[in-house]
Amino acid sequence: MTLLKRGLSRRRVLQTGMAGIIGTGVAPLMFTKGAWAQEFCNNPTGDTVTLGLNLPLTGAYAEEGADEQKAYELAIKHLNGEGDGGLLNLLQPSALKGNGILGKKVAFVTSDSQTKADVARAGATRMVERDGAIMITGGSSSGEAVAVQGLCQEMGVIFMAGLTHSNDTTGKDKKRYGFRHFFNAYQSGVALGPVLGQEYGKDRKAYHLTADYTWGWTQEESMKNATEALGWETVAAVRTPLGAGDFSQFLTPVLNSGADVLILNHYGNDMVNSLTQAVQFGMRDREVNGKQFQIVVPLFSELMAKGAGPNIKGIFGTSNWHWNLQDAGTQAFTKSFGAAYGAPPSQAAHTCYVQTLLYADACERAGTFYPPEVIKALEGHEFDGMGNGPTLYRAADHQCMKNVLVVRGTENPTSEYDVLEVVQEVSRDAVDYDPAIFGGDLGPAEPAPIC
Amino acid sequence: MLAMPRKDLILFLGFAAAVLAMPIWLQPFGAAYPDLLNRFAIFAIFAVGFNILFGLTGYLSFGHAAFFGVGSYAAVWSFKLLSMDAVPALLFAVIISGLFALAIGFLSLRRSGIYFSILTLAFAQMSYNLAYSVFTPITNGETGLQLSLNDKRYLDRMFFEAGAGLPSPTLFGVTLSGYVAFYFCAFFLIATFFIAQRVTGSPFGMMLKGIKSNQTRMNYTGVNTRPYTLAAFVISGMYAGLAGALLAITDPLAGAERMQWTASGEVVLMTILGGAGTLVGPVIGAWLIKYFENIFSAINDGILSQFWGFLPEGAQHTAVLISSKFVGEGWFLTLGLVFVLIVVFLPGGVMEGVRRIASMIRPNKPTPASADSSATKPHPAE
Repeated sequence: MTLLKRGLSRRRVLQTGMAGIIGTGVAPLMFTKGAWAQEFCNNPTGDTVTLGLNLPLTGAYAEEGADEQKAYELAIKHLNGEGDGGLLNLLQPSALKGNGILGKKVAFVTSDSQTKADVARAGATRMVERDGAIMITGGSSSGEAVAVQGLCQEMGVIFMAGLTHSNDTTGKDKKRYGFRHFFNAYQSGVALGPVLGQEYGKDRKAYHLTADYTWGWTQEESMKNATEALGWETVAAVRTPLGAGDFSQFLTPVLNSGADVLILNHYGNDMVNSLTQAVQFGMRDREVNGKQFQIVVPLFSELMAKGAGPNIKGIFGTSNWHWNLQDAGTQAFTKSFGAAYGAPPSQAAHTCYVQTLLYADACERAGTFYPPEVIKALEGHEFDGMGNGPTLYRAADHQCMKNVLVVRGTENPTSEYDVLEVVQEVSRDAVDYDPAIFGGDLGPAEPAPIC
Repeated sequence: MLAMPRKDLILFLGFAAAVLAMPIWLQPFGAAYPDLLNRFAIFAIFAVGFNILFGLTGYLSFGHAAFFGVGSYAAVWSFKLLSMDAVPALLFAVIISGLFALAIGFLSLRRSGIYFSILTLAFAQMSYNLAYSVFTPITNGETGLQLSLNDKRYLDRMFFEAGAGLPSPTLFGVTLSGYVAFYFCAFFLIATFFIAQRVTGSPFGMMLKGIKSNQTRMNYTGVNTRPYTLAAFVISGMYAGLAGALLAITDPLAGAERMQWTASGEVVLMTILGGAGTLVGPVIGAWLIKYFENIFSAINDGILSQFWGFLPEGAQHTAVLISSKFVGEGWFLTLGLVFVLIVVFLPGGVMEGVRRIASMIRPNKPTPASADSSATKPHPAE
């Protein structure tokens, strides 16, 4: 006790205490604040960089969400140099080194967006504010994509859209911080139109059933334009609520409308339900106006085709990508995804995987995570080897310009995954369009907002 | 107005301190980030308002999300047409949702009990469907109403030119984001809590409690109860509108799903979980549910395997497999279990648990709380 009393006066305790506090905890914060000031949102200062995955794990597009998550986990493994490297070796040109992004190991956080715009925004905000995500990616609905993209623009975080097909995402609602690899409804219409004309003739009456949100609206418009240019007549276009489950009340009027083509502007579970019910109504066996009744599903995916089973046989649609393509990129990705999860990837998985790699590559080329520089690296970037042929990230609207696939439900499937066959690969030039037709404004990149 | 009973004053000051210190004491729970704190404050306002109707009069409305949604839409339209300032948005939202509540309440309050609940549910679902499809030009349907670069903003344009990019909501020029937005919401939570406290203690509040315990008797004594219930309905509708507007201020987007019946059910859950009829209960219920929704739903297998890391390999795998069903997208399951447990063992909600613990600590002191609890005992069957 005496020793303590002699050695430690009140002043001395305070002095050493303060010195200790300043030395260990506070000083580094105070001194580094100037040198390492966070000049942009979530500047990664440690040895990891966090990506925020916003995925619809419940709701109408849950199946796509689950597949997207697998693709992201695979992409992050490959970026960190684990696994077989996948498309890392095939991206042309590539600055990726397989040691994370800019030497930092890639980590991720997830959030269930429930296929709802509101929830998606809340999830994205959480991942940015709490978990320090440097980039947000994912989503399987254009409603979500448009909502989250707006949020990311406000927070100064780059958004790499997952599956979103609405024209608005890179049209009227385009944002400087939002990027889309997936194709859009307009391109679907342009690619699908000629094939439909060839198969079903110039004199048809079409009836649209449309999912009632941004994607459905633009897809309906694009399909109307494409089919009316062929000489088809649009009998009616009816909007159906997202996630309706039962479409019989919308299908009954089709039978008496005099239409001989039903165009289903539905996706995910909605499309599986509406198509199955349409087939149960006997629509595909009917003859109207002396012609065989036909159903068209402008946007197709393997997951939906599997869900709809034999009902999908012979039905035309479009896809962003298909695992059965024969180029090296597609084969490498299908192999590496199949090895990890035992099933071929869907187009949603593909677009998400590619988006992750493209973001990482852009950071490497820019040499920084600073969003305005990354945006510059992505804008107007021409690349190849990702399974879609030569692709351009267009600077004017952040839309990837690449080939579009016209697909059809396989008539005689050889395996449970052989559900779609590629009818035609429509070239990038044929689906090119002027970005100005949809209006919209990207907004500024700088000053980068600080979340 | 300042002549509050000492107990009320302590409750109010304690509540205010707890709310303002939320960024500190929520840190260990991983919930101290502005967006979730905003939600805590906003949904607490919503629940406190709901409790004025349900807790005091016993009228169980299953359609309060409609007012919440209307508040959001009104606020976003104020941003689009008038100004990015929060004050006109709040005023506009509270007035519109109040009028909306007046109309719906006027019709629904002709019935009581289950019929009233069904009527409000029907009106809310009608509003939801209108917002979802019929009124698409006003609500932008499923996509949700958002700000755009070519909005008019007449009031703002009178004073200054539009800047580059999308503007954010402001309060007299101060941008409302991050912790500024939280303290803005927290101010409203404390203010509305104060109002609710005053309403509960006022003669008007006594009338409402009277209606809850026996409306027929009230009628026989010559009191016309309908104006009182209508007033309570409109007040709680305005609370919901205020909460909806605050949500639109912290995140300028309004979607139709805010008006869905699940959102209405959520506020009922919040109130019952926390303790209907109490002041603090609904707030605690709102925080619990939002915590579950935002934190539990974000736990994935990776975090779980870290959590169970101390177990041997095989046991860790099993533990992760079992617990993963209760977190992530399975958070509803956990919430459901908690709700069942609370309703079975603590019918008065979390607050009843608090009271029981308090009476255990002070067993010999007959607290007025025990008398209170029998008066405000909720009726889960309603």
